[in-house]
Amino acid sequence: MTAQTGTTGSPTGPVTPPPVTAPGRPDDGSSRGAGDGGSRGQAGTARRREGRAAWILAIPFCLLFLAFTAWPVIQSLFMSITDTKARDLRHPFSVNVIGLDNFTKALSDPTFRKAAGNTAYFVLVGMPLTLVVALAAAVALDKGITRFRAIFRLGFYMPVITSIVAVAVVWRFLLQDPGGLINTALGWVGITGPNWLGDPSWSMPSLILMASWRNFGTAMIIFLAGLQAVPAELHEAAAIDGAGAWKRFRFVTMPLLRPTLLFVMVTTAIGYLQFFEEPFVMTKGGPLNSTISLSMYTYQQFGFGNYGLASAMSYLIFVVIAIVTALQFRLLRERT
Amino acid sequence: MSVDTAPRPTGPAPAPKASPTGRTGSGMVGSSQGGRWWLYLVLTVALVAVIAPFVWMVLGSFKGEGELRQVPPTWLPESASLDNYTQLFSKLNFGQYFTNSIVVAVVVTAGNLIFCSMLGYALAMLDFRGKKVIFTAVMGTLMIPGVVTFVPLFVLVANAGLIDTIPGLFLPFLVSPFGVFLMRQFILGLPKDLLDAGRVDGAGELRIFFRIILPLCGPALATLGILTFLGSWNNFLWPLVVAQSEDRYTLPVALALYSTGQNSTNYGLLLAGATVVIIPILVVFLIFQKRFIEGIATTGLK
Repeated sequence: MTAQTGTTGSPTGPVTPPPVTAPGRPDDGSSRGAGDGGSRGQAGTARRREGRAAWILAIPFCLLFLAFTAWPVIQSLFMSITDTKARDLRHPFSVNVIGLDNFTKALSDPTFRKAAGNTAYFVLVGMPLTLVVALAAAVALDKGITRFRAIFRLGFYMPVITSIVAVAVVWRFLLQDPGGLINTALGWVGITGPNWLGDPSWSMPSLILMASWRNFGTAMIIFLAGLQAVPAELHEAAAIDGAGAWKRFRFVTMPLLRPTLLFVMVTTAIGYLQFFEEPFVMTKGGPLNSTISLSMYTYQQFGFGNYGLASAMSYLIFVVIAIVTALQFRLLRERT
Repeated sequence: MSVDTAPRPTGPAPAPKASPTGRTGSGMVGSSQGGRWWLYLVLTVALVAVIAPFVWMVLGSFKGEGELRQVPPTWLPESASLDNYTQLFSKLNFGQYFTNSIVVAVVVTAGNLIFCSMLGYALAMLDFRGKKVIFTAVMGTLMIPGVVTFVPLFVLVANAGLIDTIPGLFLPFLVSPFGVFLMRQFILGLPKDLLDAGRVDGAGELRIFFRIILPLCGPALATLGILTFLGSWNNFLWPLVVAQSEDRYTLPVALALYSTGQNSTNYGLLLAGATVVIIPILVVFLIFQKRFIEGIATTGLK
C-alpha cells in the first residue's frame, strides 16, 4: 500500500480529473525528487496534514460503513455455509459449518424453483413492458408535443415517489373482483374481468401491470435526458435526406440512445430481479405460490428463522444479478 | 469493475446543466408545428389512467363507509366529510407514526448529507493512504442487493439491543455508497484551485472543506437530500421487522398492518391513511421537482 502515498494517485474510477490539476503534477514530482531539503520537508508536512484531514473526514463514514454494510456482507457469506437459525442469536457458538448444503438445499427446493420461474416471468415480461412504455412516453414528450410537457412528466412520474403500501391499498380496490374499478370499467364494454389477484393465472400479470405503472416514470426520465443529448442537426440532415419519422427514430435516435438504453436496462433488471414489494403487500406470494419471488421466498425463510438458508438464497440472487448485468453489458456494448 | 462503469453513460457529474426541463424548441423537425393533436389525446388518456388511482384515493378518503361499498363505485363523494381523518389521528395514533417517520427520515438525510459529502470530498480532492481501498470497497457494495445484507443486519441490530428502538430504525441507513459516489462525482467537477487558494490563505484543511467546498455543493446536496428523504420515508421492510411496538411504527408500517389487520374492512380509514402517507412526499416533490428529476436523470436511482 505504500505505493499510493505520493501524489501519483490520479483519481481512481471513471471520471477524468478536472484539467486544472494536470499542470501541477510534474512540478510536484520534480520538487520532491530533486528539490532542496527545506521544501521537501515542507511538502512532506503538508502532505501529512492533508492525509490526516482526509482521514478525519473519512472516519465517520468508514465506521458506519464497516458496521452496517461491509460486515453484514461478509457475515451473510459466512452464515450461508452454516446452519444458523434464529435461536442461535443467543448461542452463537452452537452454529455448525455445513459447507454448501444450504445452496444445494435451496436449489433442489421446488418452491425456490417456482420462485425463480416467477421472477424470470416477471423480469422477462415486466422489463420490456416497462421500457417500451417509458420510451414511448419519453419520445412523445421530447419530440411530439411542445406544450404541457411539465404536467405530463409530473403525472407520469407520480407513481414512482409514492409508498408501495399506499399504492397497495388503492390497487386492491382497483383489482377487486366483484366491484373493483377495473372490472366495472370492463363490464361497461361487455367484458367479464377475471378475479385478478385470486386467479393463479392472472395474479402475476396483475402484479406486472402494477409494477410497470409504478416504475416506468424513472426510465422515462432517464430516456428523456438521453434523447436530449441527440443533436437536432442529425435529425434535420436525415429529414433532408428523406428519412421519415420512424426511420429517423430507428437509425438516428436509437444508435445514439444505446448507452442510455443499456443503463436503463441494467438498473431496471437489477431492481426487477429483486422483485419483492408488490407480492409482499398484494398477494403474500399466493394464490398457490403463483406470485412468490426469489426475494419474497428468501424473506419467508428469514421469517421462519432459517438464517443460514436465507443467506444462501440471497447470495444466489446476487449471483444471478451479477450474471444478468454482465450479459447486458456484453450484448449492448459489443455492437456499438 | 462493472461497478463504477454502470452509472457512467449519463455523464460525469450531476452538473446543473443536463436538465430535461426548460428546453427551447430544439429537435423540432418536420411534421411538428407545435405538436399533433392526436398525440395530446393519447398522452392525456395515458395521464388520466396513470393518476386515476391517486384521484380516486383522495376522493375516497372523504367518503363514508357505505358509499365506498357501493356497486358500481362512485367518483365524487356524495357527502364529503373529514371523519376518516379525525378518526385516523384521534383513535389510531397516526400523529405518532407521522412523527416517527419524520424523525427517521430527517436523521437519515442529515447523516447522508454530512458523512457522504465528507468522504466524497476526501476521495475527490485529497491524497491519503488507503484511498484506493476505501473507494474500491464503497463502489463494490453499490451493486450488492439489499436482500444480501438484510439477515445479518437484523442479527447485528438485535445483538446490539436496538430492536424496537428509534436508533435501530435509522442507524443502518446513516451512510450510503450511493451518496459517496454522487458527492465525489460532483466535487471532482469543482476546480482544485480552490484548495490551493484556501491553503495559501492559511486555512486549515477541515476549514477549507466546510467553508469553501461544502457551500459550493448545493445542487448535489439537494439531489442527495431529496432522494434520501424519499427513500427513507417510503422504506417499508426494515421498519416492519424492527418496529415491534406501536410507538415505534412508521407510517408505511402502520398502514400495512392496519390494512391487513382487523381494520382491513374499514375502507375509508385505509384510503385516508394512504393519502396521509403520500401527501407529504408529494408536496416535497412538487416543490423540488426540478432537482428531483435532475437527480434521477443523472444517477438513475430513486
